[in-house]
Amino acid sequence: MSNTYDPVEVTPLHADEVARAQADALAAIAAARDLDELKQVRLAHAGDRSPIALANREIGALPPQARSEAGKRIGGARKEIGQALAARQAELEAERDARVLVEETVDVTLPWDRRPRGARHPLTTLQERVADAFVAMGYEVAEGPELEGEWFNFDALNIAPDHPARSEHDTFFVESTASGKVLRTQTSPVQIRALLARELPVYVVSPGKVFRTDELDATHTPVFHQVEGLAVDKGLTMAHLKGTLDRFAEVMFGEGITTRFRPNYFPFTEPSAEMDLRCFVCRGASAAPGNPPCRTCKSEGWIEWGGCGMVNPRVLIACGVDPSVYSGFAFGMGIERTLMFRNNAEDMRDMVEGDIRFTLPFGMEV
Amino acid sequence: MKVPLSWLREYVDLPAVTAQEVADKLTSAGLKLEAITSHGHEIKNVVVGQVVVIEELAGFKKPIRHCLVEVGEAAPREIVCGATNFSEGAIVPVALPGAVLPGGFEIGSRKTYGRQSDGMICSEAELGIAESSPGILLLPEDTPIGADVVELLGLRDDVLELEITPDCGYALSIRGVAREAATAFGVPFRDPAAVELPAASGPSYPASIGDPTACDRFVLRSVSGFDPAAESPLWMRVRLIRAGMRPVSLAVDVTNYVMLELGQPLHAFDRSRLSGEIVVRRAKPGETLETLDHVTRKLHAEDILITDDTGPISMAGTMGGLHTEISDSSTDIVIEAAHFSATGIARESRRHDLVSEASKRFERGVDRELPLVASWRAVQLLVELGAGTADPGVTHAEVDVAPVRVVIPSDYPGRVAGLPYERETVIRRLEQVGCAVVEGADAASGDGGAHGVAATGVVSGADLHEKLAVRGDDLLTVTPPSWRPDLTDPNDLAEEVIRLEGYEGLPSVLPPAPAGAGLTEGQRLRRRVGRALAYAGYVEVLCYPFIGVRDLDNLQLPADDPRRRVTRLVNPLSEDEPYMRTTLLPGLLKTLVRNVGRGFGDVALFETGLVYRPEPDAPAAAPVLAVDRRPTAEELARIESALPRQPFRVAAVLAGEFDRSGWWGAGRQASWADAIEAARTVAREAGVELEARADQHEPWHPGRCAALYVGDVLVGHAGELHPRVVEACGLPPRTAAMELELSLLTPPGPVQAPAVSAYPVATQDVALVVRSEVTVAEVEAALREGAGELLESVRLFDVYTGEQVEEGHTSLAYTLRFRAADRTLTVEETTAARDAAVALAHERTGARLRGV
Repeated sequence: MSNTYDPVEVTPLHADEVARAQADALAAIAAARDLDELKQVRLAHAGDRSPIALANREIGALPPQARSEAGKRIGGARKEIGQALAARQAELEAERDARVLVEETVDVTLPWDRRPRGARHPLTTLQERVADAFVAMGYEVAEGPELEGEWFNFDALNIAPDHPARSEHDTFFVESTASGKVLRTQTSPVQIRALLARELPVYVVSPGKVFRTDELDATHTPVFHQVEGLAVDKGLTMAHLKGTLDRFAEVMFGEGITTRFRPNYFPFTEPSAEMDLRCFVCRGASAAPGNPPCRTCKSEGWIEWGGCGMVNPRVLIACGVDPSVYSGFAFGMGIERTLMFRNNAEDMRDMVEGDIRFTLPFGMEV
Repeated sequence: MKVPLSWLREYVDLPAVTAQEVADKLTSAGLKLEAITSHGHEIKNVVVGQVVVIEELAGFKKPIRHCLVEVGEAAPREIVCGATNFSEGAIVPVALPGAVLPGGFEIGSRKTYGRQSDGMICSEAELGIAESSPGILLLPEDTPIGADVVELLGLRDDVLELEITPDCGYALSIRGVAREAATAFGVPFRDPAAVELPAASGPSYPASIGDPTACDRFVLRSVSGFDPAAESPLWMRVRLIRAGMRPVSLAVDVTNYVMLELGQPLHAFDRSRLSGEIVVRRAKPGETLETLDHVTRKLHAEDILITDDTGPISMAGTMGGLHTEISDSSTDIVIEAAHFSATGIARESRRHDLVSEASKRFERGVDRELPLVASWRAVQLLVELGAGTADPGVTHAEVDVAPVRVVIPSDYPGRVAGLPYERETVIRRLEQVGCAVVEGADAASGDGGAHGVAATGVVSGADLHEKLAVRGDDLLTVTPPSWRPDLTDPNDLAEEVIRLEGYEGLPSVLPPAPAGAGLTEGQRLRRRVGRALAYAGYVEVLCYPFIGVRDLDNLQLPADDPRRRVTRLVNPLSEDEPYMRTTLLPGLLKTLVRNVGRGFGDVALFETGLVYRPEPDAPAAAPVLAVDRRPTAEELARIESALPRQPFRVAAVLAGEFDRSGWWGAGRQASWADAIEAARTVAREAGVELEARADQHEPWHPGRCAALYVGDVLVGHAGELHPRVVEACGLPPRTAAMELELSLLTPPGPVQAPAVSAYPVATQDVALVVRSEVTVAEVEAALREGAGELLESVRLFDVYTGEQVEEGHTSLAYTLRFRAADRTLTVEETTAARDAAVALAHERTGARLRGV
């Protein structure tokens, strides 16, 4: 506190001077037309060099008995000015927002495809989806070469050289028919590789590319994809095979979708079955007379999906697995065919030609 | 196999069910329905008539007859007819007015050629029997006038077309299908092969088996005085046609009919063309045979032949020889019925690319007990229909074959199914299949059939059977029937029981989940790479992996480029593309061109997949190993070493605008830089940094090609394509591409988390002038190293060449950001670090500060 003071009261501290300064300030605030003007007003009437601020600074120079009253008077004025400033500030900001933000309005429907996203091929993502369904059941994903030893593709799978099944495979031979090398006609040789390379029990699924000498048309392609599954463990039965495929069908197509087995023949499984899938669209209803037809299953109620069976003990023996201790099941289905009925893809040529119009809608998922 | 339902019903008392219901049951039993074809259901009002009067009408361009036809009505009908193969008195089918013929063709009364015509005299084609027919169908003289033709001739029928799996040779016959149908419906089966044979009375035409591995039963019977002009009866022709065979002549039709009915292929020889004893043997060097199709075939040493004194006269089970064929003058016929080696016929058929109805059956397995029966049935039909006389005697050469016996515990089918079956059920089902089931393990049968002669089609060692044997109690010794050579293993019997009990009854039980390890690092990486490229704007394609020389030429690959070392296919789809790809680019570039051609000029594509890189010193052949044991590691390695290396690659191609033009302004053409960035995108997913080094490598532009390295390992290339490649492939100008070997990008392990400093950053910009041949990478590496630990980042923000810079030089402007982990940097520290960076860049690359 200052002990030396001016015994003469300073002019700015006169009551009517303060009142005048306050009145000037309030008038200027009210007169400010925009935020810039208000900023100037704030500087002139509430800034460091404003009359009120100067007056405030003089309070200390007053005799002690005068200080309290002067302080009260000036404080009151400052408060009023401050409130007026804040109110006007809010007012002007609202005005500005209303004007400027409207001016800045854009057409949000303008496109912004500066770099359109690409897409993964649905055959790839569908293979991943199938693999994921089995990985969730504890399976691992096994792989093998596409240009494969004949022994892996045929002999080890109990398809003897003269077996009619071998000629039905329409095999691409490599280098010579006696080279022992072929383009694999199925993903089943991966079963053999898995059994030879892994510790028992083995639970694997193997998606991949396979080859047959078919000409390309709407329902055939010489290069296509399969997913193969193999489980070899103690005590596995056909009931386990059915349970596994029923679960798989549910994961792929929804709760309550089951499979149906019909006897069939594959050299590498015995007993063997053809696997039908309960139609996931009509759930079988279209097969009953009087119900609306179903495009997906052609009103048969079932969709042919793939083949399966109990691993032929001869296959286990060729891999050094004792069939009196272990049994197993295997299954396989075509990915193209699955894409056809699952996603209504009608022409296989679209899947192989690489036209971006076919693939783009699939994005990253199927 | 096409099965007329009427034929099936001869041997099984099917209940009154539709063809579809029969087909459903057969499908459930494993004989899958392909199609049902209905015949004659729409035909009505066609009756038997007799032509009473024929009046030839003159004055027309073709012969026209006006006939009076007696059809069992009050008066004969007037009918105008254009055919001439009948005379007065002929018995013919007549479609009366109101009749409907196949195809919904309606017959009415009409005026034609100036006469009234009250119907139509029908041919076989018009009745839907044959595809075409030369004239009117003439019926036997004793056919009752006025009778319904469809009923009389059995034209109303349904034909089931069944898909027969390769193990089910027995189902390639009416007999086999009837047996399955009888079991499926639980009704009696009448075996057409259960006929009484005449007592043996010495041999017929002399024959012997020269090679017991080729044939284990050979039967000949003969017929004399056969009328070569005799025609096959209509019922036989109808059945043959409906079963998918073309009627030829009575003798040939009879052999086909018996084959379809019983499943035993037969061959008919003209006896007068045979000379000396018939011997079944393998071919001798240099032998040839002109077969029925007038092709002279060079025979292979393994071919199974029927021979006589003159040499080969028939390729066993495949196709007969031309010289001994039945002709339209043959009167004495020798019928052959044999059991040949299944594998022998399979090979013969494949070697000569000859698939016949006979070879199909032999390779799938024919009932070894049929030859005596089938040959007798054929002889009977030739006698009955062709006015011949059965010669006494039968020639029967055979080789002893041990019957196959399989021992299983009675609960084994249930153990396989996961559903217990009653012991009685197991036995009953096996007996329905035709098996003989004896309780206990007959010691003598322990390895029964184990040394099966090749003719049975099963070649297997005793050791394998030992390994296949199933342990357990309550053993049953099962002898499969002669018509089921496919039943050799315990699991075969299990399938029979489970299949007949019904697959639909199997329970659905999820096995306990194994302890899987999830996807491997490599598998996860591949998925990430695909996703990253797709998010970056690339569309995935899956190209065929086939390429041709032209593809490699288009890429301008030099003669010694390792990508020209290719694997060739023996039977490519196109002779233009006989090789397996050694690079992913040809397929991608073709797909890019296709998209451009379809109106999409801005395209970015990628593919991931294997390429096939044969090693120059790899063995030519991969061994085919034994299957009765696990191969040794050395054996497996021999297969692997013969296979080409098949690394997993990723490649991308792009052309047109990569950043599109739009209302926001101009776009940006795809360039070499995008291709390299695509490669970096892939590498980032693997957690590795690519180093680009200028390179000259086809098919890239020699000045715009980067070799991409991870450390010192070359992992791929990227850049703009060579203009000559662009031209040769018909690509848009400046098409860019990258290809990386993903197998070489191994994730370095977990990312090490950085310590984040909260102290302020200090930024310094430097502009360096370098000779134009100095690369940015060199400059940047020097700046980083020179700046030391305090450097947080270097960013090149401008590259300038022009008036302000000395000719042959480039100005590179960098922002260097410095930060310390433990303090606020002083201006002096930052400047010292910057100066050190510039000094090292100067030392390494000659760079100097611009304007200094």
